[in-house]
Amino acid sequence: MNGLAVLIPIALGLGLLGLAAFFWSLRRGQFDDLDGAALRIFVEDEEETAP
Amino acid sequence: MTAVALIERDFSVPDIRCAGCIAKLEQGLVRDRRIASARVNFTEKRVHLSCVPDAEMPDLIGAFTTLGFEAHPIGDALGDADPAAAGSRELLRAVAVAGFAMMNIMLLSVSVWSGATGATRDLFHWLSAMIALPTIAYAGRPFFRSAWRALRHRQTNMDVPISIGVLLASALSLYETATHGPHAYFDGAVMLLFFLLCGRWLDSVMRDRARGGITALLRNMGTGAMVLGDDGKSRWVDATALEPGMVMLVAAGERLAADGDVIRGSSRLDLSLLTGESAPQLVRPDDRVHAGTLNLDAPVEVKVSAVGADTALADIARLMGEAAQGKSRYVRIADRAARLYAPAVHALALLAFVGWMVIGAGWHQSLLIAVAVLIITCPCALGLAVPAAQIVAAGELMRVGVLVKDGSALERLAEVDRAMIDKTGTLTLGRPEARDLERLDPHVQSLALALAQASRHPLSEALTRGLQALDVARADVHAIRETPGFGVEAKWSDHVVTLGRPSDPIEGDALATQLSIDGALVATIRFADRLRPDARAAIDALRADGIDVSILSGDRAAAVAPVARELAMTAQTGMSPQDKLAALARQSVTHKVLMIGDGLNDGPALAAGHASMAPGSASDVGKNASDCIFLGDRLMPIVATLRMARRTQAIVRQNFALAIGYNVIAVPLAFLGYVTPLVAALAMSGSSLLVVGNAMRLKRAIR
Repeated sequence: MNGLAVLIPIALGLGLLGLAAFFWSLRRGQFDDLDGAALRIFVEDEEETAP
Repeated sequence: MTAVALIERDFSVPDIRCAGCIAKLEQGLVRDRRIASARVNFTEKRVHLSCVPDAEMPDLIGAFTTLGFEAHPIGDALGDADPAAAGSRELLRAVAVAGFAMMNIMLLSVSVWSGATGATRDLFHWLSAMIALPTIAYAGRPFFRSAWRALRHRQTNMDVPISIGVLLASALSLYETATHGPHAYFDGAVMLLFFLLCGRWLDSVMRDRARGGITALLRNMGTGAMVLGDDGKSRWVDATALEPGMVMLVAAGERLAADGDVIRGSSRLDLSLLTGESAPQLVRPDDRVHAGTLNLDAPVEVKVSAVGADTALADIARLMGEAAQGKSRYVRIADRAARLYAPAVHALALLAFVGWMVIGAGWHQSLLIAVAVLIITCPCALGLAVPAAQIVAAGELMRVGVLVKDGSALERLAEVDRAMIDKTGTLTLGRPEARDLERLDPHVQSLALALAQASRHPLSEALTRGLQALDVARADVHAIRETPGFGVEAKWSDHVVTLGRPSDPIEGDALATQLSIDGALVATIRFADRLRPDARAAIDALRADGIDVSILSGDRAAAVAPVARELAMTAQTGMSPQDKLAALARQSVTHKVLMIGDGLNDGPALAAGHASMAPGSASDVGKNASDCIFLGDRLMPIVATLRMARRTQAIVRQNFALAIGYNVIAVPLAFLGYVTPLVAALAMSGSSLLVVGNAMRLKRAIR
């Protein structure tokens, strides 16, 4: 029973953490461009050219 | 750099295809000093720009053009909170909350099922209740709202049994928990919501995706015109800001943004989007011209006479409003099923309750069994049966270039047994194509290509397209000069070559251009609209699928006859928008008619058809009125769409059969009181997975 008192809050807390992380990423627009995100790893940063 | 307030603008760029395009746009655009930042949204094929306030629209579009992309401005991005997109985000949030709650309650429930008793079980039940009740209050809102709306209008839909089931189950579970009972259905209720929300969300994502694609295609949004001011200078004015009395300068290759009268210059206009007529119309000063027509030949000045709702469009819009009312009477298959299903479920639950009361089980036991019946019959699989299949089908169709606006469009497309097709722009490409190019001498071909490439004139572009398809190498010319309204001139070694409008009118009023070397005529190139490359094959395939096809055209009989002959179709010609609507209405009495068309004049018929399709090159009115849009020059996607719609409908029916079959087994068990929360959880997730798995079979169904 004592173990439960620790474990259940931990389980719920971790779940809530995941939920909060999901909402955060949703608000930051991480899911707005799913196909583009897959392609962006191929985009190379522009080299700095002398002005 | 001074700190100026930047403004945000959105552009639709249909040609974004790869990572290279993203890099090119994002890095290339910011080199323009007016543009502070650019962000590509690949999924929606949009680019979001932050730019200085005095950046004019043509300059920004020019920045895209120099990078080799065609961009169309879309509305004002500022605070443009799209209600539908917000709706699906709301649903996604509800899915996330329900998913979180479902997993945690399941965690607790599993320990109860594995044998927790006494105080531990009560604790777990209370914890479940604490998670479930707020979740149901939050995530259940879409269902409660819709059920309440239906009940208030004395109707019933899928959401009524869902709401009653969820509410009853949670109330009873709360009572069980408070009285230390063994069974609580919190997990069942939340799981039900989770699965149903998934279905809802899929449905709304599908609509969003199609809408994104269609917005990208609506090129007339945010267009405008160069307006000549009193001081003789011209400036860009947005279509919404045009006023009667302004003078527009319309270059060759531009579409008119408003109705008006020509005051200077003469040219030929392509009316095909407006009337379906394929032959260009000659306009001179004092002629009335209409918004949406394309200037083909030479720049003209047009005095604006009517804008926005006062244009020739207004009449067609009124007709369309009337025509669309018929379509709104269509009831979606899920709701048709619910009409039978909901009363049946409620009757069964009531029967179970009364039955057990009569046998003498006591009201508590009877109510428990009645709730078990409600939960087990709740249309969990039914709620997923339709959207799961439709979103897979729509995704597949999008892969071959067909945008389907929503699920009901797929349902209606599957029922179609007759098709009526517009000619200009639908059966044909709707743009001039150069004819007999392969008969020209190779050196003439290469000269023509060199000159045509230098011009943005529609005929030059058509010529360039045609010659490039023949793999012609470009001749080495220099000192290229374009005279608007006449043509292009250049030096080729020491000869002067010109490509331009014919000196004498060609027989008929066919479009043509002439190539001369040192003033001597070498070749006359004629242009004509032609059939889409696979028109015959597509029409034959439609017939093979049991769909009767005929032509409804606004064009003259003489222009329609060759097309009708080549495709062996019957045709009605010279039709006004009203005529098309009437012809469609006559057929609709006995048939489900699919209307395929592109023009403004097809708008009312598209809105009235049981289902409708438009090519990507259609007028905005056509695209807005139709259920789905196919991109590219080929007609075969129509056939693919109809076949896919029929397959989808077959899968949906199988899914219904699966869901009903499951009920046939599960309901007697629930009736007899064998359905504990564990059994309910297994049955519910099992049937949902089965239904989704069956829908996935539509993947890769096209080839």
